[in-house]
Amino acid sequence: MSPNEDRSPFSPFRPGMDRRTLLKTLGVGAVSAAGIPLLAACTGGSGPGASASASTSLTFGSGSSDDVPKAAYQAVTDAFTAKSKISVTTNVVPHNDFQNKISTYLQGSPDDAFTWFAGYRMQYYAGKGLLAPIDDVWEKIGANYSDAMKKASTGPDGKMYFVPNYNYPWGFFYRKSLWADKGYEVPTTFDALTTLAKKMKSDGLVPIEFADKDGWPAMGTFDYINMRLNGYQFHMDLTAHKESWDQKKVSDVFDTWKALLPYQNPAALGMTWQDSAINLGKKKSGMYLLGSFVTQQFTDKATLDDIDFFPFPEIAVEGQDAVEAPIDGLLLSKKGGTNQAARDFLAFMGTPEGQNAYAKVDPSNIATAKGADTSTFSPLTKKCAETIANAKSISQFFDRDALPAMANNVMIPALQGFIKDGTIDVKNLEAQAKALYAAQ
Amino acid sequence: MSTPTELSDSAAPGSRAGRNTPGGRTKPKGVKRLSKRDKVVLGFMVGIPTLVQLAFVWIPTVLSVLLSFTRWNGLALSDIRAAGLANYSYVFNDSPAFWPAVQHNILWLVFLAVIATPLGLLLAVLLDQQIRGSKIYQSIFFVPVMLSLALVGIIWQLFYQKDNGLLNFLLGTAGTPAAVDWFGNSSVNIWAALVAATWRHAGYVMILYLAGLKGVDASLKEAASLDGANATQTFFRIVFPAMAPINIVIVVITIIESLRAFDVVWVINKGTNGLELISALVISYLIGEGQSIGIGSAFAVILLVISLVPITIYLSRTFRKEKF
Repeated sequence: MSPNEDRSPFSPFRPGMDRRTLLKTLGVGAVSAAGIPLLAACTGGSGPGASASASTSLTFGSGSSDDVPKAAYQAVTDAFTAKSKISVTTNVVPHNDFQNKISTYLQGSPDDAFTWFAGYRMQYYAGKGLLAPIDDVWEKIGANYSDAMKKASTGPDGKMYFVPNYNYPWGFFYRKSLWADKGYEVPTTFDALTTLAKKMKSDGLVPIEFADKDGWPAMGTFDYINMRLNGYQFHMDLTAHKESWDQKKVSDVFDTWKALLPYQNPAALGMTWQDSAINLGKKKSGMYLLGSFVTQQFTDKATLDDIDFFPFPEIAVEGQDAVEAPIDGLLLSKKGGTNQAARDFLAFMGTPEGQNAYAKVDPSNIATAKGADTSTFSPLTKKCAETIANAKSISQFFDRDALPAMANNVMIPALQGFIKDGTIDVKNLEAQAKALYAAQ
Repeated sequence: MSTPTELSDSAAPGSRAGRNTPGGRTKPKGVKRLSKRDKVVLGFMVGIPTLVQLAFVWIPTVLSVLLSFTRWNGLALSDIRAAGLANYSYVFNDSPAFWPAVQHNILWLVFLAVIATPLGLLLAVLLDQQIRGSKIYQSIFFVPVMLSLALVGIIWQLFYQKDNGLLNFLLGTAGTPAAVDWFGNSSVNIWAALVAATWRHAGYVMILYLAGLKGVDASLKEAASLDGANATQTFFRIVFPAMAPINIVIVVITIIESLRAFDVVWVINKGTNGLELISALVISYLIGEGQSIGIGSAFAVILLVISLVPITIYLSRTFRKEKF
């Protein structure tokens, strides 16, 4: 940071510098710099394209970079290759990088098949024409899936785009022994839930464990109250911004939530979901609304076996039919759509055989295809699987169903503000939603 | 290695000759005296940095300004649509985080200027004395400057954690309802973040002032003490003014640090819930899946305009000085 360094770009040209030469150099530089992406696009397109037409091999882009899922996908591709003699080249990219670069990835030279999520995150790219429809694949595997799964795999144009691999439900998790001690009963209505919470509070517990330092966990509560109050379809229309945020139905969600706020952990804004999971494990809190991944935090087997859950109680409409259960699975890039081998690979993922190969290595998630092996499931996992299988509608999660910019930049601060003082400005939410969705 | 020497050999005498011998043999002007090779070398030496500067600073800056008047999802270029001032209207009217972010950036500047920078100066003055182990202390205070932001974040989590953190443990409130929620309470967390930022900033300032103090002529201090000045007077009337060039650098660094303040709050909670900063807003709108390039660019342009104020003042000062 010496002053001299800062000054240099502003110093007048030295006598030795021919201004015209400089400009010429710059011009050439700029042209060649501009040419790089074009060239890259050319080579990128022709390379894998050649193998794509051969149909005896495919490339597979995976964002599952953690050890267990990475090995699990390896098992899937191995099983596929053993069965079909089609070779699969897997490119593993670190999880967050994969997500952050998905736009450029799909526009550049993507792999034939790749890991992604259901919901708006899939529909958005399908709508932009960056994915290949796979209705023919679904003709083969359709019978393996529930209606809710099929709905979650359908693009905005009604065509099929997605093959679900696994998912996990959200619900209220609790410790059976604590509840048995205190004589608590599973609530099935919202009133029963608040009554129970009140009782827990008088027993000296934090009734509903809650953490929102990272911003996203609170979306689960919002999603459920909205679905139970206004129905699944309204929730989906709202997240897709087909419904306005500035209406009574939305402010009703927050008014209903207000009844729960006094029972949720008041320290939520400084805690991560892992911090909250510790409290649940220590029996400091009565219950915890989160995804079933919360069980990853209980490494002690006795504690893990003591965990159970119940679905979010009914409030006004549709009972408990809608379940929040984010689905992960596979998509075909536009280029991959021309490769029959890639279609075969996706079809394989949609069979019990393919899903068993995955689940054998990564048992923390729940296979989505009917007929997948459930004999090794723990009672809790079985219950998770049943809850999803019986669901009439499956929502993903706010940040997967809504425009990501809306989820990250608008909802996270808004929900944190609501948790802080119980106020929300739905007019402002609508104004922001309008600006953000308009940019898409 | 040989080219730079060659270059200065040929260029420097040329210009000096031109000045000193007006009536003598007509010396060729600088350009003509340069051989073809010199010109090529010079071309590269000036051209490459200029190209780098253009490619990584000027072109992106201009593009950002242009993009801030468009709506774009970051996908195909054909998706770019003109938006007029819509993004700026969003920033100023609709974004609830913008004005808090401006306030926090100002608070950041004031805090660094009033607390962190003087603290760095104090450390430098203390360590400049002939105390034993001075080098060790210097290293200790300078360590945070070298740490990665992830590490800084982890270290401060250990201090600030509500139930198991060191601070609440020392206060005797850990695990009780009276525990201070350093990161979660939106009226406290900005101060917690500022302390963490000071931890780094003071070390940075200290090293610069240590270098400055070494450069102050010892005879000045002797003269002052002969005139009967005490230590405080010597420092504020003699030493501090003698470090004027360093002081300007420090002022600029402090301003820049407060404008680009980012890492600490990003590690804590991505700049939400009481920790809004303009830089964090730029990143959350520009990077990742949630990108809205137009709005992110508008935030970036606003940050640029604010940054230009101190930079312009600084440049005009240094240029003015050069004329003497």
